[in-house]
Amino acid sequence: MARLLALVPYIQARREVSVEQAASDFGVRPQQIVKDLNVLWFCGLPGLEMGDLIEVDMDALEGDGVIRVSNVDYLSRPLRLDSAEASALIVALRALREGADDDGVRPIVDGALRKLEEAAGDGAAPAAQVDIRLPRQQARLYALRDRLQGAVDQRRQVRLDYYVPTRDESTERVVDPLAVVHADGHSYLDAWCHVAEDQRLFRLDRISAAAVLDSPVPSHAGLAPRDLAAGIFTPSDDDLLVTVRLDPTARWVAEYYPVEHARNERGGGLTVRLRIGDPALVTQLMLRLGATGELIEPVELAEEVRRVAAEALAHYT
Amino acid sequence: MTARKSERLLNLLIALLVSRTYVTKERLRSVVEPYREAGDDAFEKMFERDKEELRSLGVPIEVGFVDRAFEDDPGYRIERSAFELPDIDLTPEEAAVVGLAARVWQHAGLAAATSDALVKLKAAGVTVDRTALHVVQPLLTAEEPSFEALWDATRTRTPVSFGYRPSSAARSATRHLQPWGVVSSRGRWYVVGHDADRGEARVFRLSRVQGEVVPDGEPGSFSVPEGADLRAVARALAPPAEDRTAELLVRRGSGQGLRRHARPSGEGQDRDAREGWDRLSVRYGATEAFADEVLGYGAEVVVLAPDEVRDSVVRRLRELAQAPVGAT
Repeated sequence: MARLLALVPYIQARREVSVEQAASDFGVRPQQIVKDLNVLWFCGLPGLEMGDLIEVDMDALEGDGVIRVSNVDYLSRPLRLDSAEASALIVALRALREGADDDGVRPIVDGALRKLEEAAGDGAAPAAQVDIRLPRQQARLYALRDRLQGAVDQRRQVRLDYYVPTRDESTERVVDPLAVVHADGHSYLDAWCHVAEDQRLFRLDRISAAAVLDSPVPSHAGLAPRDLAAGIFTPSDDDLLVTVRLDPTARWVAEYYPVEHARNERGGGLTVRLRIGDPALVTQLMLRLGATGELIEPVELAEEVRRVAAEALAHYT
Repeated sequence: MTARKSERLLNLLIALLVSRTYVTKERLRSVVEPYREAGDDAFEKMFERDKEELRSLGVPIEVGFVDRAFEDDPGYRIERSAFELPDIDLTPEEAAVVGLAARVWQHAGLAAATSDALVKLKAAGVTVDRTALHVVQPLLTAEEPSFEALWDATRTRTPVSFGYRPSSAARSATRHLQPWGVVSSRGRWYVVGHDADRGEARVFRLSRVQGEVVPDGEPGSFSVPEGADLRAVARALAPPAEDRTAELLVRRGSGQGLRRHARPSGEGQDRDAREGWDRLSVRYGATEAFADEVLGYGAEVVVLAPDEVRDSVVRRLRELAQAPVGAT
């Protein structure tokens, strides 16, 4: 029904339009547009006498796949934008403005915003209740993402400079990009890594340089971009099983790591069992937590944390 | 929706739109065929449902009296100016950014709302050619399950209640909120509003909302105070400006993460120079957060200055080095 109310003015604004074009503009299949036109055929001014009905040029439709309608001047404009539509679109435009890396774009977005807000009237008001903050380096990330997406689409290899925080090193590697994906508030490049000889996820904000190469991506049988619906971590049985007791102020840990089991402690603390792939990551986490976390298992790692802390402390005395 | 029903709704809409005066129910029954053919009860039900259906699409159906002298005879109409999208004259470049904006939302509900808006704009004669302009396209994600409910509540000014568990609390508690607005900061969503339990303005992080968000009052039953400043809230959520500088010794080959935002330090090279170590200046914002970062590098990084960072790191290392291991 909503589509019908837009379709009639859409056709009239263009005088005639191909079924294909209309289907693409409405995001439906051409058969659906034909069905809609068949509904229109039975509609018109009250009474539906001769001359009251909306006329759809069926010859043009069946012959050339072209839509023409007449006798429906009273439906020449679409329905107003409702507040859900107007605010979603306005907020998206503001994000576009914030993310723009080219100063020339901003006045264009501003012009579009002004005209939309004017046309939407009251419907635009709720958009004022939304504020989007994109981090400063975000524009660079969007440019990087577009470049990587281009490499995915054209099936070209990419040379990455990538920072691995758990090993604290920057490495150069050639990868075969599979997809650019988003999960847990970050963008990642899902790719086959020729150094690791495995499929890896590369977080975009840790890529310091990316060069799209001329070499094509070889075919990888059976390799598909992974499904991130369940989050970015895919714990495996090879991972370390780690038990940590967290103070109330360290409960955030449970939001950042895949928790297998959590038990609330008296006083607001939490004991969690986590699966973490890299022992270095555990040491790093425990050093950060300090006295607000206690590593219960594995005991060897707790010893290691204490050893590293003592070694670090020695630098200060 | 069946073709027959679409047909009925469209004929009803046209009848209400083209009439200059309010149209009575009886008149509508006589001109819309399925109404005419239905029995009295069936007609009443069908008519009520159809009105609701049109209203839910955003069609403004007004109720009034056909003749003011006989107020027992209500009628219906659609005011054209409230129904129609006003003229909107976008330049090709503006139309291109609108087209790109329709791809920004990665959230199903909001993405659908933007494409519905775009369809209406196309119906108003706007031609969208996204290639008319090259713009880097941001993505807005909202993975928090509570996002859509809180977005809608903000939009319709509906008070809500929900379970909320701050990271420092053991269990969730029910909170009552008049949501003023939503804020996105560093990839996370927050809702700002009047917390009815605390009696003051509060910020809630959506990822900590537990379970369903339920209405706790009528739409439009509160107003957002004049002085409410979402931007100020957003600024408070953003990380503090990196306006301080720390002097560090970093073991050569280590501390890659720190080196990415460091520069070599010019001063005191001789006094503090150690074999195999680099002296770096690193800018930072908050003391404790920076101490966290430094601690993550263990024995690879030494803080020389300022004292506040150095003291925090030393204190926490001492706690760690002295902690009983595996004691329960």
